[in-house]
Amino acid sequence: METKNIMIVGVGGQGTLIASRILGGIATTAGYDVKLSEVHGMAQRGGSVVTFVRYGDYVAEPIVEPGQADVLIAFERLEAKRYAHYLKKDGVLIVNDTRIDPMPVIIGAAEYPEGIIEEIEKEHTVYKADATAIAIELGNARCFNVVILGMAARHMDYAVEDWHKVIEKTVKPATIEINKKAFDAGYALAE
Amino acid sequence: MGNKKLMLGNEAIARGIYEAGVKVASAYPGTPSTEISENLVQYKDDLYCEWAPNEKVAAEVAFGASVSGVRSFACMKMVGFNVAADPVYSAAYTGVNGGFVLCVADDPGLYSSQNEQDTRAICRAAQIPCLEPSDSQEAKDFTKLAYEISEKYDKPVVIRTTTRLAHSQGFVELCDREEGHDFKYEKNIGKFVMLPANAIKRHVIVEDKMAELAKDAASFEINKAEYRDTSIGFISSGIPYTYIREAMPNASTLKLGMVHPLPTDLIAEFCSKVDRVIVFEELMPVIEEQVKAMGIACDGKNIFTRLGEYSANMIREKLLGQAPAAPAATDIPNRPPILCPGCPHRSTFYTLKRLKLHVAGDIGCYTLGAVPPLAVIESCLCMGSSISSLHGMGKARGPEYLHDWVCVIGDSTFMHTGVNSLMNMVYNQSTGTVLILDNRITAMTGHQDNPSTGKTLMGETVPAIEFEKFCRGIGIENVFTVNAFDVDELTKTIKREVKEDHLSVIVVKAPCALIPEARSKKKCVPNPDKCVHCGACLKPGCPALTRNADGTIKIDATMCNGCGLCRQLCKFDAITEVE
Ligand SMILES: Cc1ncc(C[n+]2csc(CCOP(=O)(O)OP(=O)(O)O)c2C)c(N)n1
Repeated sequence: METKNIMIVGVGGQGTLIASRILGGIATTAGYDVKLSEVHGMAQRGGSVVTFVRYGDYVAEPIVEPGQADVLIAFERLEAKRYAHYLKKDGVLIVNDTRIDPMPVIIGAAEYPEGIIEEIEKEHTVYKADATAIAIELGNARCFNVVILGMAARHMDYAVEDWHKVIEKTVKPATIEINKKAFDAGYALAE
Repeated sequence: MGNKKLMLGNEAIARGIYEAGVKVASAYPGTPSTEISENLVQYKDDLYCEWAPNEKVAAEVAFGASVSGVRSFACMKMVGFNVAADPVYSAAYTGVNGGFVLCVADDPGLYSSQNEQDTRAICRAAQIPCLEPSDSQEAKDFTKLAYEISEKYDKPVVIRTTTRLAHSQGFVELCDREEGHDFKYEKNIGKFVMLPANAIKRHVIVEDKMAELAKDAASFEINKAEYRDTSIGFISSGIPYTYIREAMPNASTLKLGMVHPLPTDLIAEFCSKVDRVIVFEELMPVIEEQVKAMGIACDGKNIFTRLGEYSANMIREKLLGQAPAAPAATDIPNRPPILCPGCPHRSTFYTLKRLKLHVAGDIGCYTLGAVPPLAVIESCLCMGSSISSLHGMGKARGPEYLHDWVCVIGDSTFMHTGVNSLMNMVYNQSTGTVLILDNRITAMTGHQDNPSTGKTLMGETVPAIEFEKFCRGIGIENVFTVNAFDVDELTKTIKREVKEDHLSVIVVKAPCALIPEARSKKKCVPNPDKCVHCGACLKPGCPALTRNADGTIKIDATMCNGCGLCRQLCKFDAITEVE
């Protein structure tokens, strides 16, 4: 199989590391070679963070480079724009349709761009949802990241049961059920 | 899949330490090396591991364990290698008894560091063998091999990683732990006491051993000449090697697993078999300069930069002439890291800003006090430097000058090297105001314990070293502890102390918002009816606070931890704390 390139981008503290662990877990189940690259350290303090996941018959480098992403999973709109150039021509954007102001916007030194999704839609297929709202409805705002993963799962090569198994192994025991529900909600959205 | 597991580079190194039968490991945290120690803890039934107060101590602990005859380990980020340089340069002379390995993590691209120094260059200067893995499997394998090299060639050995390797995951095949690597201790003053008369003899051995290792290295399996299309031959190592495999899978490569000393025979042979040699290495031209010194023509830094990380696209553009991929959007706001909602440092920096003081800073989450909207920190060099810089300013310009200055240092940084600087202030009769920002944890690197927190890496509860007692113990009389969130008390204390011509220490205390100690059920809630839109609460730059379209304040309940700073700043009771 040709190497598949997935990215997760978001804001430090949003739960990108858990999401990448789930992605790593799922990639492992199919017996492919897998490499995964994360951001720890300073950027986890509310900065812009990115995780790369690559799987295929043989994976050399651990990062996805501009112009190569099959799936870009963005936990926030501005971060989708920041990394949109990583998408392949036929790459797909899955975006949490929510806005988190970065400090330059909060203090009035910069403006939050309008029309981000519309602009990306001109070049790429975009699936958007207010996953945060869905997660709140399900009862836990923090599991929005798994809703988004559920949407992204439509564009990856794994069965729903496998995702469930990986979620069981990865998240805290008390949150397994709600995370599985979150995944299903996201998966249904992308139908 | 057998016994294979997806592991971070750092996790794999920890596994290698365990499998190699290491008995003692000491470290000071530092991105991107921290997760090595955090992963070692799971093997605590088989080995001892600890957080040391700094990297010099960690290296010396590992040295002592090696002298006693067991395999030992120390790890650090690259700037920590400077702190550990003193013992390391001389351990290159003494050599080892049990295998002695250090892991040093570089940070090309400056994800979390204050410079882009290259550990390979230091290994050259210190005459220490240096191995560089390319993925998680190699990270584990090379770690084990490092112990064999250390014992065979009587040398401390460095594993050099980079952020990209340390924080990438790949498959690793697990093996059992090896035991039986202990050596008997025999008194050997000529080897282990670096008096000039002994060192002069050891230096001869250092040169001989390195020459022998460079010769033997030609046949090491980790140095691999891979011949494919011979029109271009790359010499590379570590993560950059993976970029070549991705961009030009048909090119010949000499993959160096050992980057110091270089296998010169193998390099000469490889270069004679390819038409054009290109050295592909991040940061300094360490390999390139040595290849050129062998009289071999090659390309390297004339094509590829000394700055930041490399990529496969870089090769595609510079060598294959491919058009650059679409550029990044340039017209969008940055998202720099910020102090978290509820961070006690915000309250402190807001107070310092209001008092219009100059601040000598140090390294930690609180360095973010240098970025807008607070932007009060005016200098930051390296760990411990805030206190010594303040002292230098005072000696240069006199006590009056320091009436407008304070310095700030975190609890972990104070324990790291701040203590030395403070002793200097006492000894050399300084004036000035030192703020120890005690958030009860080493926060920036992901919440590690330190001598002031009362817990060890292996989870034991121990007596905490108390800042007030410590400062009084070295003779400082004016020592105060203030709650970081008590803005009035903090303001009063700082205002009073900076004007005094004496040395004072203010311990500004409140737990980091991300640790369990700080968890509260409180939230701050705005009352729009009372809000006059003055914006006083927005000034400290808490990300949980924004304005509604009508100018009133909105507080994001999922972010707020009820620290109460905004409430204290509201003169109109338009913010209340609720349970
Ligand atoms: C010599 C050296 N070692 C390690 C580091 C990595 N490092 C950066 S900040 C930091 C922790 C600072 O902790 P503390 O002083 O308690 O401040 P906090 O982050 O908790 O505010 C460490 C270990 C470094 N920059 N330099």
